[in-house]
Amino acid sequence: MIGKSDDIIIKTIARIFVPFLQLYALYVIMHGHYSPGGGFQGGVILGASMALLLITHGYDELKRRLPEGVLLLLGSLGVLIYAGIGLLCLILGGNYLDYSQLSVILGVDAAHARSLGILGVELGVGFTVMAIMYSIFFDISTGGILPEDQRREGRVEGER
Amino acid sequence: MIVEQAPVLIVVICLMSAVATPLIGWVKRELCYPWVILALLASTCCSVLVMNTVIHEGSIHYYLGSWLPPWGIEYVIDHLNAMMLVLITGTALLVAIYSKKSLEAELPDRTVYFYTLYLLQVTGFLGIVITGDVFNLYVFLEIASLAGYALIATGEEGAPLAAFRYLILGTVGACFYLLGVGYLYMVTGSLNLAELAEILPRLYGSKVILVAFAFFMVGLALKMALFPLHLWLPDAYTKAPSVASALIAPLMTKVAVYIMLRVMFTLFKPYFSIDLLPVTKILLYAGVIAICVGAIMALAQRNFKRMLCYIVIAEVGYMVGGVGVANTVAIRGAILHVMNDVVMTLGLFAVAGIIAYKMKSNELTAFDAIFKKMPFTMAAFLVVALSVIGVPPTCGFFSKWYLIQGSIMAGNWIFVGALLFSSLVNVILFFRIIEIGYYDFGASGAGDAHSHDERSVVSEAPLSMLIPTYVVAAAIILIGLYNQSIITTIIDFAVPKL
Repeated sequence: MIGKSDDIIIKTIARIFVPFLQLYALYVIMHGHYSPGGGFQGGVILGASMALLLITHGYDELKRRLPEGVLLLLGSLGVLIYAGIGLLCLILGGNYLDYSQLSVILGVDAAHARSLGILGVELGVGFTVMAIMYSIFFDISTGGILPEDQRREGRVEGER
Repeated sequence: MIVEQAPVLIVVICLMSAVATPLIGWVKRELCYPWVILALLASTCCSVLVMNTVIHEGSIHYYLGSWLPPWGIEYVIDHLNAMMLVLITGTALLVAIYSKKSLEAELPDRTVYFYTLYLLQVTGFLGIVITGDVFNLYVFLEIASLAGYALIATGEEGAPLAAFRYLILGTVGACFYLLGVGYLYMVTGSLNLAELAEILPRLYGSKVILVAFAFFMVGLALKMALFPLHLWLPDAYTKAPSVASALIAPLMTKVAVYIMLRVMFTLFKPYFSIDLLPVTKILLYAGVIAICVGAIMALAQRNFKRMLCYIVIAEVGYMVGGVGVANTVAIRGAILHVMNDVVMTLGLFAVAGIIAYKMKSNELTAFDAIFKKMPFTMAAFLVVALSVIGVPPTCGFFSKWYLIQGSIMAGNWIFVGALLFSSLVNVILFFRIIEIGYYDFGASGAGDAHSHDERSVVSEAPLSMLIPTYVVAAAIILIGLYNQSIITTIIDFAVPKL
């Protein structure tokens, strides 16, 4: 079980770090479609920022900010955004994932629509990768047993 | 519009409904079951539509994102994969209908994630079959495999270990395939199957191509559990939940056989695979050994599901050996056997699931006096068993017939011998079960009238399990009766020009 750190230095540094990490992650996601980076890389950085919060501020704090249900929702929603954008292109009369069709909705030319379409896909990928990276980290560090369950079973916190 | 977009919809419907399943399960758990059936029904309709188009108008090319190959990913559907698509979606739909009661009994609190993985698994199979891009195929192969490992690991005690062994060996197999793709990309700079097939003949002397081909074949042999690379299969499929093994056992090995056919006869030209290299000879002997070992090992099993696993291994030998004989008739038999084997294995594992559901056991002793208790299940079982043995009106006879005819024409008597040997062993296997099931041995041996009455009360499986099983039994007979028209409309176009 991951408890919160008692060290003021670790906690403060982590608190300062996390916003910058997340901002950088968003930067990587946003620039993915025309420079190195993208949804996978940015999603991993976002997930890493969550992992840093988890090991410094503890499970309870993180659960308040990002409940399990939301995590699950994000994981599914990311793929749905990806596939949904593809499907939208299909409904608009093009082939699957033919972003140039989005120009009708977005009101820009075809090349610009392709760029925006792939940005939407990268955002979806970023959400999913972040949720999955975090939940893998969480499952490995706790053995998949939620702290609530442990408490219900009468184990003392910090025993593991 | 639906007709034009149907190829991609087959895959996308499964993928999107897979990731939407946890959200639906979050709202209401009971909604997952109808949702999965609805998704698979839509996917099945699309694949039937695609099959219809292919039969009437020839191959379909679908360009994802309207990027033309070799830059974009293309989906190519010809007769061979149109047939596979219908088989995969049909199997998945039947198993989904079948799954309700069995899952409630075996995995009561994990149905939501089970269905998510189930649909992802189907997505993987469909993607492997439909794509015309060798790297895209690898991606879908991994999706199918990863979902498969997770599905198997949810089974009974010992399943996680079996799934872990499968994971190690399966990953090695997929890596070998990826290495093969990497070598091809290194010398050609292309990943599109059709373009590779055009470039490669000029490079057939190159050692890189030979190494790539070797990696492909060994990796795929691991995935299809060809003897002696079959060690992961019996444990994994025995310990998996009944529903998972009813989905994975018919499809995974057959999809791997499909990839092998593609690699040997589409990616590489038939004269490379057959004349330039001794591959077919190796495949022939590997098939013969797989048939014999599978049959003998099946005889030694006391657990019904485990026995079926060894039958699956023997059946892989049929198809691989048929490709190894390497003439038109035998390959026609092998492709027909891919179709038949999907249906027969589905039938066998469906019956195994029903037995596990009613008797809480898959040991052969669970079949004691079962004809009295479950006459309808056992009637379907008889049809499937006769087909596996190869009795004429059922489909199993015809593919075996073509395989034997082809190997006689090629003068490969050893393969004929192996096929006949395995048929005889199958007779023993299934009649042993019929004997146990038909006579009331009674565990205690007592002739007590009261307990006798209790034992012979009819207690059938639920309809949601029986109906899919009967559809399979009907399909076995129908494929048998209409085998000639199936061969002339579909399979003759799928057989490579030798």
